[in-house]
Amino acid sequence: MSDGRLWLLAALAVAAGAGADEGAKVLRVVPHSNLVILDPVWTTATITQDHGFLIYDTLFAQDARGAFRPQMVERYEASKDKKTWTFTLRDGLEFHDGKPVTSEDVIASLRRWGQRDALGTKLFSFVDAIEVVNAKTFRIKLKEPYGLMLETLGKTATSAPFIMPRRVAETAADKQIDDTTGSGPFIFKKDEWKPGERVVYVKNPRYKPRAEPPNFLAGGKVAKVDRIEWVIIKDAQTMVNALVAGEVDLIEAPAFESYASFKGNPDILLEAAPVYRQATLRFNHLQPPFNNPKIRHAAMVALDQTAELRAQVGLPEMFHTCFSVYPCAGPLATTAGMDGIGRGDAKGAQALLKEAGYDGTPVVIMQPTDLTILSKFPVMAAQLLRQAGFTVDLQAMDWQTLVSRRARKDPPSKGGWNILITYFTAFDVADPAVHPLLGAACEKAWFGWPCDAEVERLRAAYVVASTDEQRKSLATQVQVRSMEVGTYLPLGEYWYPKAYRRNVVGLIEGYNLMLWNVEKQ
Amino acid sequence: MLRYLLQRLLATIPVLLVVAVSVFLLLRLTPGDPAAIIAGDNASDEQIERIRDGLGLEKPLAAQFVLWAGKVLRGDLGESFFFKKTVAQLIGQRLQPTVALSLCTLFLSVLVAVPLGVLAALRHGSWLDRLLMGFATLGFSIPVFVLGYLLMWLVSLKLGWLPVQGYRRLQEGFWPFVRHLVLPCVTLSVVYSPLIARVTRASVSEALTEDYVRTARAKGLPAWRVVLRHALPNAAVPIVTIIGVGLGLLLGGVVVTESVFSIPGLGRLTVEAVLARDFPTIQGLILLSSVTYVLLNLMVDLSYPLLDPRIRFK
Repeated sequence: MSDGRLWLLAALAVAAGAGADEGAKVLRVVPHSNLVILDPVWTTATITQDHGFLIYDTLFAQDARGAFRPQMVERYEASKDKKTWTFTLRDGLEFHDGKPVTSEDVIASLRRWGQRDALGTKLFSFVDAIEVVNAKTFRIKLKEPYGLMLETLGKTATSAPFIMPRRVAETAADKQIDDTTGSGPFIFKKDEWKPGERVVYVKNPRYKPRAEPPNFLAGGKVAKVDRIEWVIIKDAQTMVNALVAGEVDLIEAPAFESYASFKGNPDILLEAAPVYRQATLRFNHLQPPFNNPKIRHAAMVALDQTAELRAQVGLPEMFHTCFSVYPCAGPLATTAGMDGIGRGDAKGAQALLKEAGYDGTPVVIMQPTDLTILSKFPVMAAQLLRQAGFTVDLQAMDWQTLVSRRARKDPPSKGGWNILITYFTAFDVADPAVHPLLGAACEKAWFGWPCDAEVERLRAAYVVASTDEQRKSLATQVQVRSMEVGTYLPLGEYWYPKAYRRNVVGLIEGYNLMLWNVEKQ
Repeated sequence: MLRYLLQRLLATIPVLLVVAVSVFLLLRLTPGDPAAIIAGDNASDEQIERIRDGLGLEKPLAAQFVLWAGKVLRGDLGESFFFKKTVAQLIGQRLQPTVALSLCTLFLSVLVAVPLGVLAALRHGSWLDRLLMGFATLGFSIPVFVLGYLLMWLVSLKLGWLPVQGYRRLQEGFWPFVRHLVLPCVTLSVVYSPLIARVTRASVSEALTEDYVRTARAKGLPAWRVVLRHALPNAAVPIVTIIGVGLGLLLGGVVVTESVFSIPGLGRLTVEAVLARDFPTIQGLILLSSVTYVLLNLMVDLSYPLLDPRIRFK
């Protein structure tokens, strides 16, 4: 080998050695999205929620079995008439700046959150007064009993009621906060934050975890790494290569196509416990043809969960049909009211369309081509509807265009739409109170704007129900009525496990990026 | 020359004005509402309206344009709707990776392409010429992401010599900076070198047929001296032009390469801003790109008389 070649090899070897992993205490994670907005109350973006769980704490938190456990709260009690709730905070809770967490901070945080979040707004519609008892104790007085107090204060779905310092929480609800002081297990390094490149968190030395072992979002949140870096990688193949090369430790949402390459690699592990998301198809109730309930029903009969999931996910172990508007693994799951829909009955749908007097009005389906976890559902939906006799106009667009367009109530010919397909986590669709697609409050309902007084009556009754039996019964009635009305159609459940390197241990599995308890060996 | 320079600089004003107006109008006419994107899923119509109002999107187009243009003239590119930073800060954060990648690519491309182009011209019509130009066609035709993945697989995953992705700023150390730059730089050079090599070949080939080259050879000058002293300087004008155009393209951001190698440069920022309908950022980026092009073209034009004394400023 010539001197020149030797020199080159030596240089490359030095180069390869230089800048190697600075230490095992840095956890590098590829999140599902870029963190741009820092205020988890202001936005419902899941990535901001993940950011929130790292730097803030909540009064209550959900465990792996769905139960709501005290988190910042030490003890709480409800009066016999369930109209007065008293909460006492744990000892030693401090914000990142060293100041203690007080009742005033909690109340200010809840008030701001209650102006933005749907469930928060619901809670505050019951609140008569919320007052400080002492620095660690506060009291909520209700006008009438509210059956979901712990579920609301421990809400997991976006946006959760995170506790902020009073000075931050007094920011107007429609203005974003710019102070990221929290009391959670990690501290956000704003000076190192480069949107689109890197987000950095460091361990909060002041954090006092609960004594219990970690259990989903509940229990002791022990930070076991000194530093977490979210590395923003957009390209699916580059993510995989970076994980295989050990440049990153964990990918939150690999592309479905990536899983095959992980399976043969002994250094890469996948989350084991499935955490399903619900795929959903929403009709626009304001515009023809889906302003006609019979035509909505025909479409629901024509569509096929199995075909949709096969087209979108492809890997049989990562999806299953689920004929329930609630998570199929959840306590409210039921198939009531779902007979004959979502099973691809083209002939039945043709007959229903004829009976409904469908005049061939085109159905505009929005297809977000840049969102790989959704982009194939609309193509299959278009095909199934065409087979049933619908005239379909499948319109490709980027996700952000879709987000803007779905808010338009105009006819499709003037920038509106007929069908929107998206997905929600199990927390988002856990019950009639939080489920955005079960709301049927006309103009105030989620995009698509269904309008049905009976659905709304049943949902309101659910919120004040006091027993599990009552809730289950009301949830079932909501589902039956929603399917009669055709508020939306569930398209089944699917999941995409996180992929991580073998030396990453202690990962808490679930939807969110729960990075406490995680260490690198 | 000063007069020429001033004339050229003044001529850029209408160009930039046309660019500014076109970009401004095009952005407003494309579908997508930044307020709805920013507001998120739970936002009510009233909240979206308030955000729209806060962003100044409710004002008439002409008023919005005048406001923006006035700020730009004062050197203020505005604040990003989406990233909540000033556009200047955002561009500042993303400029170094793109500039580093562009200069590295250009350096490597010129280093490889000019000698190969000259060699092909000297062996015009031979098997070597055909081989070099065949490779040039291949290099120019191969999609940059395919080449990027192939190099990543070989150099990073199989040999473990270089990192797969990412960018390290010069401040973080020279070696990390170089190590992260090599693969994307080589990938882009494979695409840019053929362009420069083909132009060099054509230009030098033509120069080699000129009388002054024949005279130089007749004087008994060695071949290398004929090429370096007589043919290449006379062939330099088109070569410098293509290098200038190439640099302009690179500085505008190379979206695919930046995405494949996860480099946080201007190309990725452009895509992110477009997807978020972040008007101030898109406008700032396009304006920067236009100014860069105009200045590079000016510099290329100014270099002509230096390279070829027959060209004079008029």
